[in-house]
Amino acid sequence: MKRRNLILNIVLILLVAVFTIYAQKNMDAYKLRILNLCAIYTILGLSMNLINGFTGQFSLGHAGFMAIGAYTTALLTMKIEFKEQIFYMKPLIYPLNSISMPFLPSLLIAGFLSALVGYMIGAPALRLKGDYLAIATLGFAEIIRVIITNAQSVTNGALGIKMIPTYTNLYWSFGFAVLTVVFMFLLINSSYGRAFKAIREDEIAAENMGINLYKHKMMSFVIGAFLAGLGGGLLGNLLGTIDPSMFKFVLTFNILLIIVLGGMGSISGTVISAFIITILGEVLRFLDKPMNLGFIKTPGIPGLRMVVFSLLLMIVVLFFRDGLMGTRELSWDSIQNVFVKFRKLVGKGGVKNESFEG
Amino acid sequence: MGLATFFQHLTNGVSLGSLYALIAIGYTMVYGILRLINFAHGDIFMMATYFAFFAIFIFHMHWFIAFIVAILLTVLLGMGIEKAAYKPLRDAPKISVLISAIGASFLLENLATVVFGGIPKPFPTPSVFNDMVILGGVRVQKLTFYIPAVTIILLIGLAYLINKTKSGMAMRAVSKDVETASLMGIDVNRTISITFGIGSALAAVGGIMWALKFPQIQPLMGVMPGLKCFIAAVIGGIGSITGAVIGGFFLGIMEIMLVAFFPTLAGYRDALAFILLIVILLFKPTGFMGEKMSEKV
Amino acid sequence: MKKIVAAVLSIAMAASLMAGCSKQTQSENNDVIKIGVFEPMTGANAAGGQLEVEGAKLANKLYPEVLGKKVELVIMDNKSDKVEAASAAARLVEQEKVNAIIGSWGSSLSMAAGDIVKNAKVPAVGASCTNPLVTKGNDYYFRVCFIDPFQGTVMANYAFQKLNAKKAAIIQEVSNDYAVGLSKYFQDEFKKLTGDENSIVAIANYNTGDQDFSAQLTTLKDKNPDVIFAPGNFTESALIIKQARQLGIKAPFIGGDTWETPEFIKIGGKDVEGAVFSTHFTAEKPITKESEKFLAEFKKEYNKEPAAVSALGYDAYLVILDAIKRANSTDSDKIREAIAQTNGFEGAAGMITLNQDGDAVKNAVINVVKDGKFTYLDTVEPKK
Repeated sequence: MKRRNLILNIVLILLVAVFTIYAQKNMDAYKLRILNLCAIYTILGLSMNLINGFTGQFSLGHAGFMAIGAYTTALLTMKIEFKEQIFYMKPLIYPLNSISMPFLPSLLIAGFLSALVGYMIGAPALRLKGDYLAIATLGFAEIIRVIITNAQSVTNGALGIKMIPTYTNLYWSFGFAVLTVVFMFLLINSSYGRAFKAIREDEIAAENMGINLYKHKMMSFVIGAFLAGLGGGLLGNLLGTIDPSMFKFVLTFNILLIIVLGGMGSISGTVISAFIITILGEVLRFLDKPMNLGFIKTPGIPGLRMVVFSLLLMIVVLFFRDGLMGTRELSWDSIQNVFVKFRKLVGKGGVKNESFEG
Repeated sequence: MGLATFFQHLTNGVSLGSLYALIAIGYTMVYGILRLINFAHGDIFMMATYFAFFAIFIFHMHWFIAFIVAILLTVLLGMGIEKAAYKPLRDAPKISVLISAIGASFLLENLATVVFGGIPKPFPTPSVFNDMVILGGVRVQKLTFYIPAVTIILLIGLAYLINKTKSGMAMRAVSKDVETASLMGIDVNRTISITFGIGSALAAVGGIMWALKFPQIQPLMGVMPGLKCFIAAVIGGIGSITGAVIGGFFLGIMEIMLVAFFPTLAGYRDALAFILLIVILLFKPTGFMGEKMSEKV
Repeated sequence: MKKIVAAVLSIAMAASLMAGCSKQTQSENNDVIKIGVFEPMTGANAAGGQLEVEGAKLANKLYPEVLGKKVELVIMDNKSDKVEAASAAARLVEQEKVNAIIGSWGSSLSMAAGDIVKNAKVPAVGASCTNPLVTKGNDYYFRVCFIDPFQGTVMANYAFQKLNAKKAAIIQEVSNDYAVGLSKYFQDEFKKLTGDENSIVAIANYNTGDQDFSAQLTTLKDKNPDVIFAPGNFTESALIIKQARQLGIKAPFIGGDTWETPEFIKIGGKDVEGAVFSTHFTAEKPITKESEKFLAEFKKEYNKEPAAVSALGYDAYLVILDAIKRANSTDSDKIREAIAQTNGFEGAAGMITLNQDGDAVKNAVINVVKDGKFTYLDTVEPKK
């Protein structure tokens, strides 16, 4: 069975690769943009799920890590002559104004910087629990945004940055998304992953089993911050322009919505839900369509989409607390089970006991 | 900085702090009994100002009656939110309750945007509150004297309610141990509902006072005051009502003094509250006045 | 079971997305010229976006044809969000195949579309985005309004010449690109005019959404300025002026075009009387023949006084139409060239000449709040 799953996994990754190449070559810029966003939200969703879903530490600081990632990548990849143009009000400080490097090292530096900040934030914050941790991480994200707004000679302040090279394409975004998914499967099924889940289920019991709580929480937090920084970097270089007001709490809310809908503690659930939420946002655009025809004067109802999204979050939490997948995973065995069941035409409830397959 | 200027700053700080204190009481009330951060508190506060606004402008009520009506409506809203968003999750993991609270908060903000529009509305300010008094070169808004008065009246009322009435006893019992309380024949759901009602009424009073001082209301007006007043409650020691008052004044005066003494750091003002929160949580997690709480297994 | 539902759902959504898209491409029609309007219809900037769309729609109604072809407006909501703005612009360019784009209110949203229009070689004309970065280094982005540097210098000149101010203080919204830009150019010009490096006696910062300004204002009062420049959003500005008067500050307040909203007066009440600001347009004094037509038709269509941004939305449409006429082609590249050559074009909000950056060089209007109304005060010509 293991062998079959391995082969199927490789086939799946190859299929994704073929799709990526096909899509990048044949699809128009709009569809590519949506697919890129899907992949980036997958990375962000997984990074938040690692902290909130798998380790059970309720962190609301994602927008801050993304901001660090986006600003780092932007400042490192921008062409030097553009930097002079953009920072017309206060010049960029020394080492940054003469650096311009390729995308991959910039992204990695962005990830590591974000992880470092994650470490510095985690050191005090992870001593807290539950709602205190939530408020403290939310506060840190807000502090990061306030600093970015005020540090004009590094970030150009409220003016924002543009002319960031738009390197992000499907190869980058899907590549990193697939790597993240594989990495997460390996991590979650390692002894570390089991320790994370033990902490989520019961901290005191986990500690009695000899798990170092602080070390494992920190590890999960730092890896999550690294991935969030990476996702932020990909997003910044997809848009070509960033400014501090992008990284408000709403951004964290969107990612929270993805992991709650997908299932706190499910990798495949997060992937599915990242695609659903991103595409849903675009599909809802069709609801605005009538106004283009001109027979309705008021252009839709302002803000209705966010009402739908906040309602969706509450409905999922109140009535379908597990989201799409709960803490389970879509695996080859479960898919096989579904087919077997279809063949037998017997359906007795959901499939509950499938194992994690990498 | 001259002496008059310093006293003007101090007055500004006390004036802002008294508002923080008033709102922080509501937070600490709900947290003390439910052990739950009501993320929607700031948004309930926002809704109260809209209720008052519409009562005055659409139904042409006298401002005093309008405020009473707004407070009653807010109590209903708060109890409704508790029923819809928190009650079904009584036995759920804490993380679900937090998510539900965030959802409720976003829902209120976005509903307000859809229904009332995102453009700020002017809040009416009766001149009883808004005239200025000049005391030896320091200018003070009349409202600044009313807010502490209102706060003290509310504090006395609350103290009576919690310590002398049956419902108050039930609240204290629920806050100590929900299961035992219910075994003793206390209707836990009713008690929690009443607590939420009182918390919402406090939010409404705070919201109306806030809108009188800063006469402009919009759907996101509750977010920052909500977070800051929660922080004030934590600084003072969450669960302690005296602590909330001290925390509110402390935060208000600190904020004003930061801008007064370091004008270049004015942009970092919002960060100050969060930095204070983290420092307090690390060095004195129980706040100035809080009692030590042991983690339940 | 849930897994199947999830899978079916996501496939259905992906399919509907793709299907929806392909439908649009099929309905492409050569007899129609499509102009995309990409504006915040929802979210924080909705009020401004809707006003601009009103102007563009009116222009489309009055001038529905060019080169014998019907002009169709395709309005796309960018939801006041940068990520959404980029998607909306990509959608206009790729799915709707528009020939040109109008928009957007909010410079940061416009910038999100910058690379997309540049790569697709579709010209875009902004109506009221005043941040210099919008058009910088982008041959495909233009605008029909003046930019922040000009507005800042206009107010500095006003303060120095008309108010005889020697000492100015600034209270700026530090998290707002517009306010930061205006503030900088005001400072530079005011120092130059007074010949005094220390003529700016105090600079106080605040953040978007702040409501208490007492600390900043007490600090400003201590410095006793002749005039206070307060670039920023109208909501915060109205509260600032109110609180300043409560603290006994008597110095006049001056600001920028964001103040021109009815809410500024409603919130500020009698305290904002006498507040002076620069803007693009005044309904009181038609500048051109087109202005008269615009004023009359706007009142007929919407039954209210037009705002400056509506006039600019109207002008953005006319500039594109004029360019198509001169280019005598619907080819986006030819339209772009024609727009770049716009010179002395008569718009509703003044004569429009585009400089080599693609920014309009035009007059600024100075308004004052008087008896609860915006009243015309002066016109300032750009420096040659």
